[in-house]
Amino acid sequence: MAAGVAAWLPFARAAAIGWMPVANMPMPVAPSEKNKRQDELIILNVSGRRFQTWRNTLDRYPDTLLGSSEKEFFYNEESKEYFFDRDPDVFRSVLNFYRTGKLHFPRYECITSYDEELAFFGIIPEIIGDCCYEEYKDRKRENAERLMDDQEDNKDAKLPNMTFRETMWRAFENPHTSTMALVFYYVTGFFIAVSVITNVVETVPCGSSPNQKEVPCGERYTVAFFCMDTACVMIFTVEYLMRLFAAPSRYRFMRSVMSIIDVVAILPYYIGLVMTDNEDVSGAFVTLRVFRVFRIFKFSRHSQGLRILGYTLKSCASELGFLLFSLTMAIIIFATVMFYAEKGSSSSKFTSIPASFWYTIVTMTTLGYGDMVPKTIAGKIFGSICSLSGVLVIALPVPVIVSNFSRIYHQNQRADKRRAQKVQKARLARIRISKTGSAVQSSAFLHSKRNGLFNEALELTSSIDEDQRLSKSTSLLESQHHHLLHCLEKTTNHEFVDEQYYQQSYLEAGMQNYPSRSPSLSSQDGVTGTCCTRRSKKHHKPLPNTSAPAHIPPLKHTHQLGLQELSTIHIQPLSTSRSSLNMRVDEQAPLNCQSSQITTAIISIPTPPVTTPEGDAHLPAGPAHQNVVKVSAL
Amino acid sequence: MSCRKRCKREIFKFAQYLFRLITGSLNNDSVEDELELSAVRHRPEGLEQLEAQTRFSRKELQILYRGFKNECPSGIVNEETFKEIYAQFFPQGDATTYAHFLFNAFDTDHNGSVSFEDFVMGLSILLRGTVQEKLNWAFNLYDINKDGFITKEEMLDIMKAIYDMMGKCTYPVLREEAPRQHVEVFFQKMDKNKDGVVTIDEFIDCCQNDENIMRSMHLFENVL
Repeated sequence: MAAGVAAWLPFARAAAIGWMPVANMPMPVAPSEKNKRQDELIILNVSGRRFQTWRNTLDRYPDTLLGSSEKEFFYNEESKEYFFDRDPDVFRSVLNFYRTGKLHFPRYECITSYDEELAFFGIIPEIIGDCCYEEYKDRKRENAERLMDDQEDNKDAKLPNMTFRETMWRAFENPHTSTMALVFYYVTGFFIAVSVITNVVETVPCGSSPNQKEVPCGERYTVAFFCMDTACVMIFTVEYLMRLFAAPSRYRFMRSVMSIIDVVAILPYYIGLVMTDNEDVSGAFVTLRVFRVFRIFKFSRHSQGLRILGYTLKSCASELGFLLFSLTMAIIIFATVMFYAEKGSSSSKFTSIPASFWYTIVTMTTLGYGDMVPKTIAGKIFGSICSLSGVLVIALPVPVIVSNFSRIYHQNQRADKRRAQKVQKARLARIRISKTGSAVQSSAFLHSKRNGLFNEALELTSSIDEDQRLSKSTSLLESQHHHLLHCLEKTTNHEFVDEQYYQQSYLEAGMQNYPSRSPSLSSQDGVTGTCCTRRSKKHHKPLPNTSAPAHIPPLKHTHQLGLQELSTIHIQPLSTSRSSLNMRVDEQAPLNCQSSQITTAIISIPTPPVTTPEGDAHLPAGPAHQNVVKVSAL
Repeated sequence: MSCRKRCKREIFKFAQYLFRLITGSLNNDSVEDELELSAVRHRPEGLEQLEAQTRFSRKELQILYRGFKNECPSGIVNEETFKEIYAQFFPQGDATTYAHFLFNAFDTDHNGSVSFEDFVMGLSILLRGTVQEKLNWAFNLYDINKDGFITKEEMLDIMKAIYDMMGKCTYPVLREEAPRQHVEVFFQKMDKNKDGVVTIDEFIDCCQNDENIMRSMHLFENVL
């Protein structure tokens, strides 16, 4: 229960008097408060700084160090205070958690020291309130990344038995690993540069003989350029084949962007070799030469900045798409308008709407070549509006792209954020458990009902000491809350059961459930109402009005009926062990690890055959038959 | 508001919007400050007066107030907060309707909020009052319109609210007639002259003759 709400439990219990005149049955006995102490101040001395609080405040979270009896280990007899040799600044947050129920993460704290303090005091960090949780997670992730980076520096260390292939691949990926790799890296870089420069210089007009027109160098020194090209392509081919050989997954390598660029860069040469003779396709061959410029993209292996740019463009695809889309819309609108505006004027260059596209693009990007100019007044007005809007339309998405680039440059992947979102869901689940959210509350109530039944059974067989052991496991608050729920059960003559048992009984009888207004928290709403029939089994009549012990067996029977289901549904126990805080709600958790509080007993009850609670969970189909049952537990 | 007035108001707002659009004024903190006055703060009467008016000791009042103030720093509980708090105790069902009735029972001056005085006086009756007073309080709770009679409809509403708190997963499965049947049983027991309503005297009489009820009235005495 939330810390503050626990203070209202006396009110809720008092208000239960409102049910009394309506109830037809006697109410259960209220839990006695055996060791009810007056609320007292306790002093917590943390490295010299004294904190004082009420004892009840600390008791709100019995799963932590301060809330449990573990703090007695730190009790100092002479000064009558609890002494902790820990950081007092962080302790402030810890103590505030008890007071307000919310855990905050101070921004100036170091994340590791905070984590250590939380671990010492037995508080799980997932409880950190939403106000501080993002910050906490960010810092934690940064820290983890820093640790990972430190570890990665050792990753380059050569593992002892790497095959030749693996060595080669490592050399290709990280050039600094060995001298050979470095040499290879620089050689390929050099040749890429040479190839690109060759392609460029090829088209420059070299000096000419006086009677001939200017020829580009490529045609003048054909042989030289051809040799250069061949050399480069050979180097690239060798490099590509070596990478293909060394790649751990060849298929994946062949699909990667870099390898496609490699292939596209060297293919035109080979195609050209093959097709030199055929004159018809030499025109196409010339076009293919264009692809040689893709060699420049091979530089991206050598430059981190290029890679980041590529990554940015990829990740800003939506903004770029938006930019393109809005530009297209604006172009079409303005082109149409300009066309019709300029239709009247003679010798207008705006011959068609597609022809006006060119004008619109040039104007909107504020280039303004001046090859197409509107002459009519309407055309000029619309032309000015066009250029003004062009500035706006282009200026809007650009800062987004820029900021994206800088963000990606400084910080890393989005995959981390996606991972964090998954953790967020897990975190919410854990908060629900540890804060004894309703799922646990109701199950805690059901669990204690089971315990309470064993209690009654044990009383019947007069074993007193187990009784005491059972009852001490629940805190006073819990037992009072359960008493309240028990009173409600008695008032309405119905009992709380858990979801699975309810489904079973529902499916069995095929009844319409009461149209209650809110679903239980763990409800799976697949079951809808069917027509209403009265349950035929006679033990399901509402329990009669007396409190004779003869009617306890039916009660037990109904609970034993559900015991197998409950045993597999069993969720968090009421134990004060701190490890339970970190347990997840696991609907398949077997009973045996939790039933350390249930002791051995022999119960004779009219139930279907029950062997051990930790066993199977198959529901006995038929009605009950008498049996002596030995129920054993751990 | 009549149609003309509404039209005028809309036109005025539109004109304002156009004006702001053209002149490019940036701030739009126009209407939101009308709502949400600063949080109401309520300070309770002094400890001595409360001690005199209720049957709690000084220490108990201190403990009660500390808990109260923790949940409601403004000093009063409004219905929403009340419903939320009460619903936390009944996670399996829907406690809002019953909390509504309870709220009305505590809010004796019907001003829509429960102050600490209301809270503590209600508790004083429930925990330290005589049986007569407790029964009186219960009657007040059931009598929704506070006319001095409990009709079948009122009782049915209360009963449905109580059954709602049980939620869906009960054993035996809750049927639609369960509250109605329960109301019938109740009226059979309480309505002596069979006139279809239960008056306060019938109620108190009947409860005093029922030993179950009398015993359960003393159930929560050691709550604080």
